[in-house]
Amino acid sequence: MLTVTVQLFASYADLLGAPTVELPLTPGTTVKDLIQTLRGLPGASLLPPAPRVAVNRSFATADQLIAPSDEIAVIPPVAGG
Amino acid sequence: MRRASILTEEIDPASLINEVSSPQYGAISVFVGTVREVNEGRTVSAIEYSAYKSMASAELERILDEAEVRFAVSALIVEHRIGLLGLGDVSVAIAAAHAHRAPALDCTRYVIEEIKKRVPIWKKEHYADGTREWVDPTRATQASSA
Repeated sequence: MLTVTVQLFASYADLLGAPTVELPLTPGTTVKDLIQTLRGLPGASLLPPAPRVAVNRSFATADQLIAPSDEIAVIPPVAGG
Repeated sequence: MRRASILTEEIDPASLINEVSSPQYGAISVFVGTVREVNEGRTVSAIEYSAYKSMASAELERILDEAEVRFAVSALIVEHRIGLLGLGDVSVAIAAAHAHRAPALDCTRYVIEEIKKRVPIWKKEHYADGTREWVDPTRATQASSA
């Protein structure tokens, strides 16, 4: 089965206890689908229903399709400055 | 002259001013953000900044692209520091140069506001009582507007 690596940062990495997770990927998987799968993991139910997601270092929309080679990251509320 | 950097070394705002200076420009606007001692009533002892570095760099570049188009500044530099910062340490510095003051001032304001909205950088506050917490500005907004 195809998988994709999802990077987690800051409070989200703490929630899941890891900086990355591997998730299964079926053709047609969107950002929204991937988040739904992610939220099923232990500790991840505390993630917001629609966190910001970056695909290949740019913010993505919920209906964006995901390919196995994409760089995926779930972005907690940013606090730079 | 234009540059965006995410670094672990100390930021020296004076060096940014030197870098953007030129006799052609009549105005240099500088914004410097520093680590504050008290946040939401809690005494802070240090702040740990972390980043999704590759995207943060890319997002900073996009912000500078936008700022250059909007304000037609002649020189623009932003530096953001990550790692463990102490009270008063400079966390971010922005310098913009233009022939005139208004675009220079508007440009630094634009860049810092956009950084706060969309550059993937996070901070964990270390408090004087030994506890630590991730800062969530969206939660603070909800609390203060309540």
